[in-house]
Amino acid sequence: MVIDASGLSYKELNERIKESSDTEFDIENLKGQRYIATGSKGKKIVIHGTPGNDVGAFLDGSEVEILSSAQDATGDTMNDGKIVIHGSAGDAAGYAMRGGKIYIRGRAGYRAGIHMKAYKEKRPLLIIGESAGSFLGEYQAGGTIIVLGLSSDGKPPVGFFCGTGMHGGKIYLRCNELPPDLPEQVIAEDMSEEDEKELREHLKDYAATFNLDIEKILKEHFFVLKPNSQNPYKRLYTHI
Amino acid sequence: MSGINYLFPEYEVKRDYDRCIACRVCERQCANEVHHFDDKRGKMVSDDTKCVCCQRCVSLCPTRALKIVKTDNTFKTNANWRENMITNIYRQADTGGVLLASMGTPKEYPVYFDKMLINASQVTNPSIDPLREPMETRVFLGSKETKIIRDSDGRIVPHLNQHIELSTPIMFSAMSYGSISYNAHRALAMAAEELGTFYNTGEGGLHEDFYKYGKNTIVQVASGRFGVKPEYLEAGAALEIKMGQGAKPGIGGHLPGAKIVGDVSRTRMIPEGSDAISPAPHHDIYSIEDLRQLIFALKEATDYKKPVIVKVAAVHNIAAIASGIARSGADIISIDGFRGGTGAAPAAIRDNVGIPMELALASVDKRLRDEGIRNNVSLVVGGSIRSSADIVKAIALGADAVYIATSALIALGCHLCRTCHLGRCNWGIATQRPDLVKRLNPNIGKERLVNLINAWTNEIKEIMGGMGINSIEALKGNRAMLRGIGLNEKELEILGIKHAGE
Repeated sequence: MVIDASGLSYKELNERIKESSDTEFDIENLKGQRYIATGSKGKKIVIHGTPGNDVGAFLDGSEVEILSSAQDATGDTMNDGKIVIHGSAGDAAGYAMRGGKIYIRGRAGYRAGIHMKAYKEKRPLLIIGESAGSFLGEYQAGGTIIVLGLSSDGKPPVGFFCGTGMHGGKIYLRCNELPPDLPEQVIAEDMSEEDEKELREHLKDYAATFNLDIEKILKEHFFVLKPNSQNPYKRLYTHI
Repeated sequence: MSGINYLFPEYEVKRDYDRCIACRVCERQCANEVHHFDDKRGKMVSDDTKCVCCQRCVSLCPTRALKIVKTDNTFKTNANWRENMITNIYRQADTGGVLLASMGTPKEYPVYFDKMLINASQVTNPSIDPLREPMETRVFLGSKETKIIRDSDGRIVPHLNQHIELSTPIMFSAMSYGSISYNAHRALAMAAEELGTFYNTGEGGLHEDFYKYGKNTIVQVASGRFGVKPEYLEAGAALEIKMGQGAKPGIGGHLPGAKIVGDVSRTRMIPEGSDAISPAPHHDIYSIEDLRQLIFALKEATDYKKPVIVKVAAVHNIAAIASGIARSGADIISIDGFRGGTGAAPAAIRDNVGIPMELALASVDKRLRDEGIRNNVSLVVGGSIRSSADIVKAIALGADAVYIATSALIALGCHLCRTCHLGRCNWGIATQRPDLVKRLNPNIGKERLVNLINAWTNEIKEIMGGMGINSIEALKGNRAMLRGIGLNEKELEILGIKHAGE
């Protein structure tokens, strides 16, 4: 089903998607309407134009493909499904996502993957093709974030305070040197064989989606960031 | 440096050996391991240093042989350097740790509820006997339509915004599964259902067994989003965005990994043993506009069927903040005063940050009325509501309903020992230890909660009847029904009430 979004509010748009028995949608002329596909499941939605904030919030299994760029809070608290962004994403992409995948071909703004969590079979994945802003993976508690820095020439493809408050999960950074200000909660190591196997699995679909050469990507050096200890905050307190 | 760190026990266990039959009940009941049987001496002995004064042993001693008393060991008296200030310094000099404490502040701040008196009718305006005459305690929370719409025949077209209906203006406020036990949650859920009111999941998700109480459940969304998934949002009757908590404004939640076990891990949807960190700021909310974005994301996700509550701590500029929230699309604002409880908070924050709920409520209600937006939202207040009289006073100051938590826990057996953060609650409330949790029978707990709320509701009716008022709606914001006692001009001005005798 093709929906012309011109003049439609986000509420009307979402209602049309929810109420339709179709499972595949092309939304055309989207101009910043928010909340597209919020809580959506079982649909495949292609967005032509620019979605507003919170595209795919609470997403529960649907696939959303954005042919241009997305704004803030893409996939907020996403539970399952897939969001593909051919351009770049604004701030807080994948906030507290617990499942599903977000593929960004371009850059991500601040706080990508903040509060990302994993639980049992729910293992969220956020892949960023170019670079990410500051606070990548802040408070990360689980899941995997991969930043490829495809145009970063081996320089760290992240801003400041990468992994601040991290206490679970994993961050892969494709670069030759580490960000100079990694917080003490984070340990950085060269990628192990085990890590590489996992990375290859994660990248297959991503590379195919954006027509990238996976071998070329994997040829460069990767660091893996993990939390320093399981309970970094335990020693902070005493009692009265 | 030995000796400095020996802190004389604050409380002493007094055992009447004429009565003690060495049955060892006290030993079995104390998770803090205060009591044990001394084989050599052939009698029960106690280690006062471990006692938290929760009264469990006292309550269960079959021969009434035990009592706990405050020690008479004293540091040299000093009105400025009180003993607990000195001992806190010893503790911190020893450990370098932040002092952690539980429940509401025990410090002596003014309780404005205790400085207000309620009116009653005499001679002119007759009082109402609630036993004979109908008395409406039902309230609807949500934004109120201010325009009357009529069809072409002049008939009123009924139109209601998303709201929740309470049989009495009392709800159980947010306490997460993890901070309190399964049985405590179950008791609250069952009581809310029977009473026709609501309990609140807190930020720890909703246990799978409790989805069936969904129509009496408020589900919370905090910065860490624990357990938040579409079914969770769908399950609740209302959604609450937690921006702050009265006991620790500006501070987030942190449930240590040691408490993330079994069902708690499953409910929060994080692996066992991992820390659950829910920082104070929502990192996607930096303004009222951002708050509006989350409110409408939640509404979109739930088809605009459920009211959204925004919970904030009472802080200095609360009136301006509430004015913003009332314009953000929120249906209900919950204001949590600084005397409110917590399962764990830094004592320095709990005891010093925030303002009392009475002043916050009075200034918010006034501000919203002055700006003509009072009907945009309902106001719910919490932060140490201790009695039906507190509720009547809160409603007269402008609240639509109140949130209670500490009082509910007391109904379940809490003795306010204020050591929830240790996780060894002997009353089975603030613990996840199975042997302790099973001490709290959820059915009996439910009965006790129902009794308490029914008793308070009856008292509210009596007090309202005495004033000649027959509905909560007519009491709401009716500050003429209150008089201050021993309050200064400024306090009276903020509360918007006259002094007794005026």
